Amino acid sequence: MAPRHLPVGSFVRIDKHDLQSILDSLSQRGYRTIGPRLRDDAMVYDELTRVSDLPIGYIDEQDGGRYRVVSDPQQRWFGYVVGPHSLKNFVFPPHETLLRSHRDADGLWSTQTELPETRPVAVLGVRSCDLRALRVQDRVFLEGPYVDVHYQSRREPLFLVAVNCARAAATCFCHSMKTGPAVRGGHDLALTEFVDHFVIEVGSDTGGEVVTETNWTPCTIEEVQAANDVPQRLSSAMQLRDKTLPASSAGDVEVDHPNGRYLDIRGIRELLLDNLEHARWQAVGKRCLSCANCTMVCPTCFCSSVEEVASLTQDNVERKRSWASCFTAEHSYMNSGTVRKTTASRYRQWLTHKLATWHDQFGQSGCVGCGRCITWCPVGIDLTVEVAALRGDKS
Amino acid sequence: MTAKPKLAVFKFASCDGCQLTLLDCEDELLAVAEAVEIAYFLEARTQEIEGPYDIGLVEGSVTTDHDARRIREIRKQCHYLITIGACATSGGIQALRNWADLPEFVRHVYADPQVISALDTSTPIADHVIVDFELRGCPINKQQLLSVLLSLIGGHKPRLPSYSVCIPCKQRQTVCVAVTRGIPCLGPVTQAGCNAICPAYNRECFGCYGPQQQANVPSLTHQFLRAGADRGHLVRLTRNFNGYAPEFREASNLLEQHD
Ligand code: SF4
Ligand code: SF4
Ligand code: SF4
Ligand code: SF4
Repeated sequence: MAPRHLPVGSFVRIDKHDLQSILDSLSQRGYRTIGPRLRDDAMVYDELTRVSDLPIGYIDEQDGGRYRVVSDPQQRWFGYVVGPHSLKNFVFPPHETLLRSHRDADGLWSTQTELPETRPVAVLGVRSCDLRALRVQDRVFLEGPYVDVHYQSRREPLFLVAVNCARAAATCFCHSMKTGPAVRGGHDLALTEFVDHFVIEVGSDTGGEVVTETNWTPCTIEEVQAANDVPQRLSSAMQLRDKTLPASSAGDVEVDHPNGRYLDIRGIRELLLDNLEHARWQAVGKRCLSCANCTMVCPTCFCSSVEEVASLTQDNVERKRSWASCFTAEHSYMNSGTVRKTTASRYRQWLTHKLATWHDQFGQSGCVGCGRCITWCPVGIDLTVEVAALRGDKS
Repeated sequence: MTAKPKLAVFKFASCDGCQLTLLDCEDELLAVAEAVEIAYFLEARTQEIEGPYDIGLVEGSVTTDHDARRIREIRKQCHYLITIGACATSGGIQALRNWADLPEFVRHVYADPQVISALDTSTPIADHVIVDFELRGCPINKQQLLSVLLSLIGGHKPRLPSYSVCIPCKQRQTVCVAVTRGIPCLGPVTQAGCNAICPAYNRECFGCYGPQQQANVPSLTHQFLRAGADRGHLVRLTRNFNGYAPEFREASNLLEQHD
């Protein structure tokens, strides 16, 4: 009958409720299974062992500084897009202990590197932009001269069940950054949702093994085509909305807001670096709160601060790493004082790093167009608007 | 600093909550008592050892002439002077009188108003003497207090965050109440230190730790007004435990001017 193992690149079809058996297989293989959950008025990543705990029938409305959960007339399982959490929270957690030192009774110090718990994590519901953001972080943590063993020990066993987006929020602009909405690599499995079934594309050998343990059937060519069409049509709809055409002209995929985000990335590095004294930086500096929410939610931001914390007796010392942000005074503090003293200079540092100097440093953009920094900014500062303003004044 | 530094704790106009934080360090108290000599701490022991002191912790704000003279004496006695809590660093909730008519308050509250001799204002310690370090909060956080004591005993500069409450709020993965529910939250303009406890319990930050290092309060209140918040509510929100801290004070005055 069925082969023991489906090859990478194969497409299968499962009934919707059989997604449960994929979660079960993953649990049996020892994975801690994570997925989107509706908690405290948002879709967050949390423990997920029952597919009935997914936010089925809910979608998110997102805009600058605003996020609301509303019910979905189409009752989709994955109608919402990305929430405040991303894969960063799992591979590069907000706080972690890197090493511990202890002084014994004779006054001798011993030190050991603290490696994270080894239970592998499987995340369900990951979007294309998030897979691309993970690739950006891989470049930072794994592919330079120094390999971050803490990141590596979480990243390597990560199992990713991606979802092709059929709907974009008004804050999404993956089509501009060429990072979505279609899932293209980096996944173990990729789902496309239909009314009563999922089409699954196998992306890795382990993914192929996991799928064979469920009740699958091979896809017809038409079914494969239909699955490829979903993100394709969304992408076209996102391009159309740039021209502010009504979303309905795009067929049955759904795009929030005819005026969704768009970022013109042509010559963006020069645009930013040639305009370091543009008046726009001062204007955005007046609105920006230096609160750092944008950097905390950004799935590619990798800055951390390392601190050594001693016990009261000073015999035990822990080296701790926590998320840090270029929006704080501490971040650019050196022996001569804080280098970036104004909020305007910090915003400029953030945006020019994301969109311009990231290319010099890592050979790619630091932005994947997920829109989180727009939604979770308390005052709704929008990088696509800021770049357009810099560009508009130029040409 | 000598092998066993002398610690003194002084009280001005305050509720004693911050001093209690020191007593609340149950597990650590013995270690603290071993590391420092508690020379003057009326809340904990009756014995009073004379100054000078290596470390003086000051709780409370200056609200009387007598206070204003006493803090200058204390400053002379202490090598390091550290203010603890919102009252000492910004005037506290009692600084609401700075916007009001004190004699009228006194008439309403006291049976014999003539026995009350107080200044018209409640002011932070730093308005009167040089302060070496401010420990924020209403009340202060025990871990922060211990870490500052540890730094001073160890002879290095205390390292506490000066950034916003939003950073620990996101680090503990709380969902933002301002973005999801439109609740005016002071987290973005308030200094971290409480580990963002209020949003974790589904309510807004109300600024216990005072303004963060680069607090842009008018931009935040402008956004809240645009989203439909009540102006009077925002005045009360910014004019709270740290209402007299310059950034909060100016923002609440600005809100009132445009009434
Ligand atoms: S940015 Fe694109 S890939 Fe990401 S959630 Fe939005 S539509 Fe999906
Ligand atoms: S900069 Fe903003 S849109 Fe770009 S990846 Fe980061 S959070 Fe997403
Ligand atoms: S851009 Fe927005 S989220 Fe980022 S620091 Fe400024 S106000 Fe905060
Ligand atoms: S809930 Fe308040 S403290 Fe937390 S991120 Fe939102 S604005 Fe900042």
